[in-house]
Amino acid sequence: MDKIKRIAATIAFAIMGVFAEAQTASSDGIMKSNGKIYVVMAVVIVIVAGLFLYLLNLDGKITKLEKKN
Amino acid sequence: MIRKSWWKILAFILLMYVSIMGFLVDVPSPPGVPLQQSIRNLFFHVPMWFGMMVLFTVSLVYAIKYLQKPNSMNDYYSLEYARTGAVFGVLGLTTGAIWANYQWGAPWSGDPKQTGAAIAILIYFAYFVLRGSLNDDEKKARIGAVYNIFAFFMLFPTLWILPRLTESLHPGGQGSDGNPGLNPKDSSPELKMVFWPAVIGWTLLAVWITTLRIRVQILNEKNQSYNG
Repeated sequence: MDKIKRIAATIAFAIMGVFAEAQTASSDGIMKSNGKIYVVMAVVIVIVAGLFLYLLNLDGKITKLEKKN
Repeated sequence: MIRKSWWKILAFILLMYVSIMGFLVDVPSPPGVPLQQSIRNLFFHVPMWFGMMVLFTVSLVYAIKYLQKPNSMNDYYSLEYARTGAVFGVLGLTTGAIWANYQWGAPWSGDPKQTGAAIAILIYFAYFVLRGSLNDDEKKARIGAVYNIFAFFMLFPTLWILPRLTESLHPGGQGSDGNPGLNPKDSSPELKMVFWPAVIGWTLLAVWITTLRIRVQILNEKNQSYNG
């Protein structure tokens, strides 16, 4: 369980970092620069991070089942 | 190893780096290469193929191991690595078709590398069909392992040899000296600094998915032996 918490913390910090970055960035207008390509970047980051969270969740569920057996 | 967490964290960090730097890095625009910003697909489309090759290779190793020492664990590893490899291959084909639509004018233009990749993946699909058609688990594993070795060696003509013998739309495929897929002359050190982490990150993600499936297979086997 400890391992999973560690991975979850890493992912959570990264997502928080992205949001913090996005908020300061949008006030600077970076998000709208270069044809709004950074909007795509934000979307990709959320998708990749979301997939990792989902995998982590699955990993935890399987670990639980393994312990039960 | 499959239950350790450090390489899962590494995969996450690498892919976050790739998702950010993949958009921030400056792309070169050498004369005569009309890729523009779409070269950033190098960090997403190309690693699918690298990941597929790595996974199919691991699958082959476990298939050979199974033939040397038939236990169900070797079979689970071989099967699940082939399965995730095939998924990555399909993702590679799909993303390639999207890219081709805007780069070559059509999603499918019969490019030798494109056609070869499709054939290679179909050969792997036949592996799953073959396994599915057998009822006995031991037969499934043994015939599957033999076919797996055949399927792996079919990757060489379809992906590596035949596309080299003819002109290809892929970079580096013009003339007969090409290595269709990657042309080092179009690349830059900055691109490589993102590309190789992308290859490792996507491959590790594929390995993670695979290990989860292997663990489910092991759990299934245990449950079956308890109940029956």
